[in-house]
Amino acid sequence: MSQAAPRKTDIGPPQYEKFLPPIVKKNYGKWLYHEILKPGVMVHVAESGDKLFTVRAGSPRLISIMTIRKFCDFADKYCSGFLRFTSRNNVEFLLTDQTKIDPLIADLKAVGFPVGGLGNSISNIVHTQGWVHCHSSATDASGIVKSVMDDLIEYFTGMKLPGKLRIALACCLNMCGAVHCSDIAILGVHRRPPKVQHDNLKKLCEIPTLISSCPTGAIRTAMVDGKESVEIEEDLCMYCANCYTVCPATALNDPLNDGISIWVGGKVSNARHEPMFSKLAIPYIPNNPPRWPEVVSAVRNLVEIWAKDARKYERMGEWINRIGWPRFFKKAGIEFTKYHIDDFKFAGTTYKKSVHLKY
Amino acid sequence: MLGVLELSYREKIGHWKHGGIVGVFGYGGGVIGRYSDVPEKFPDIAHFHTLRINMPASWFYTTEALRGLCDIWERHGSGLTNMHGSTGDIIFLGTSTPELEPTFAELTNMGFDLGGSGSVLRTPSCCVGPARCEWACYDTLKLTYDITMHYQDELHRPMFPYKFKFKMAGCPNDCVASIARADLSIIGTWRDKIQINHDAVREYAKKGKDIQSDVINNCPSKCMKWDGKTLHIEDSECNHCMHCINVMPKALRPGKDRGACLLIGAKAPIMEGALLSSVLVPFIKMEPPYTELYELVDKIWELWGEEGKNRERVGEYIQRIGLGNFLEMIEVEPIPEMVAHPRENPYIFFEEYFEDDDEEGTDE
Repeated sequence: MSQAAPRKTDIGPPQYEKFLPPIVKKNYGKWLYHEILKPGVMVHVAESGDKLFTVRAGSPRLISIMTIRKFCDFADKYCSGFLRFTSRNNVEFLLTDQTKIDPLIADLKAVGFPVGGLGNSISNIVHTQGWVHCHSSATDASGIVKSVMDDLIEYFTGMKLPGKLRIALACCLNMCGAVHCSDIAILGVHRRPPKVQHDNLKKLCEIPTLISSCPTGAIRTAMVDGKESVEIEEDLCMYCANCYTVCPATALNDPLNDGISIWVGGKVSNARHEPMFSKLAIPYIPNNPPRWPEVVSAVRNLVEIWAKDARKYERMGEWINRIGWPRFFKKAGIEFTKYHIDDFKFAGTTYKKSVHLKY
Repeated sequence: MLGVLELSYREKIGHWKHGGIVGVFGYGGGVIGRYSDVPEKFPDIAHFHTLRINMPASWFYTTEALRGLCDIWERHGSGLTNMHGSTGDIIFLGTSTPELEPTFAELTNMGFDLGGSGSVLRTPSCCVGPARCEWACYDTLKLTYDITMHYQDELHRPMFPYKFKFKMAGCPNDCVASIARADLSIIGTWRDKIQINHDAVREYAKKGKDIQSDVINNCPSKCMKWDGKTLHIEDSECNHCMHCINVMPKALRPGKDRGACLLIGAKAPIMEGALLSSVLVPFIKMEPPYTELYELVDKIWELWGEEGKNRERVGEYIQRIGLGNFLEMIEVEPIPEMVAHPRENPYIFFEEYFEDDDEEGTDE
């Protein structure tokens, strides 16, 4: 047997201080205030009087090493080799010389990276893997995000909205990311129960784990053609796909019925109103690659009715709280259906229990 | 990759096989295995595994480090990345099983380690914090790095009933969405007075800011007054929502007695419905060596590690046994700050009661 090579483990990430620009190190924790100078550009002023300029550019998140190297070229040219990414996957260039801002923006635009995403804008769409890498996606992520952002780009590069508007996308209801807490959320959904592969199930899956994976208790043990397997009470199945997550023999992807639902009114910040979950606006829109035009126009409609009607600072959820859900559906021109009414545990807490109504 | 994606677009269905268990020796997570279900058509991506790499806190980089990562990935993988995954990791998107160990060796030589996947402590992440924000109420970067290093074993080797995430936000604006996306959300706040620069307030008014409608009328606790000259804040009534500070960053700043609020239990819908984190500790000083925090986390993990069911997030565990019981077991006193309102039903499990021949109450 050969000698194993020395192995480094449990070293963790590099210590962040190694990557902080000198101006950040010097003024760490001693920032006084900031101002947004124009779309995508802000300045932070320190107690020392030092000024740090940030230029924020949109990024598609799924990027090649060529794109990363391009970002590095710009950071070397304008920012002494320092840059960072944001929690919405934008890229930020950190400058100390104000005169370099416009040349950097010109360089970024020349290779297709828009500058914006600050203040009352629509910033980047937090999104997931989709058909690029995930086995359980009911839709694609990158494709819809590209289509929606192409349509809404004026709101990324401008700051003309009443408040912030966050859009997120998840390709299934595992909701990796921020779909359950965004102003507008795009969520991949299934509409048919799994097709159980009885021949393989016992070989591939742990049946008790499979049974306990179902939120509505729709899965039962069953002998099928002399084989240990499960049966699914289709009346109890709402196609969440959690059984498929734990068992490969219960696939439910279905090109004909998989699609998109749209949710509104979530937020995570505490400003004014407490954090809120997103709530169902549109139960189903079919997948229509490569541009998903129905999804794009549904999102634009929601942005526009909110932008037109909301008061200054009012997030989507705060606006809907003020006008009420019936008004929201009317203004948005969205049909209200029985699918909008909660029927999971404690659903009754979401029913209207007053005559505070508008006619 | 583009070939299989085009096929998916034509057929409206993904082309990845279920699951895939691959990794590096010594670790139980960090790599997401993935195999194509049409390998004969697209042999180059028959294997297409993802490596999660623990990013530096707040995603600051030097170009030297990023170029080093690119070079490694050019040698060993597809050259595709996600910058970044939703939990915060650098994502190296697509390689084959034999490349995993060499990639890992080169990464660790460069000072980078894998992030988390599976039933482990996932990669902690934080907002930009004191590195570039005047509102940071504690050092989010320092705490994130400290937690990550303190719990390397829990991050690399699955030992929990299910995943567990930390997110560090410097103030209640919560720029990493910790309240929605972390099992333990650590949100900076203060408990003394908002710092007011009265001249700067008047400057905002002079420049056309409508203090009454923009600031005062939006205050959720209605604890502010403006007489056209002086802004008054009744700080004892303030909810620390950040709105007034957000609107007038030159004039208002968080107080000086700073720390964090700990909230527990956020998760996505599977299984029992989505949860936001709820208050566990309203205020805690957040300074190294973070002993109080780690003692609390250890108690939570010991309990949930023992009692949590398979694939039960800590938020669901708390729902199952009741927050009151959970608090008792981790030795935290119940206080009204922890609830939106007291219970509305009378189904109370009493642990104290009188016996017939007892003068005193029995406390079991």
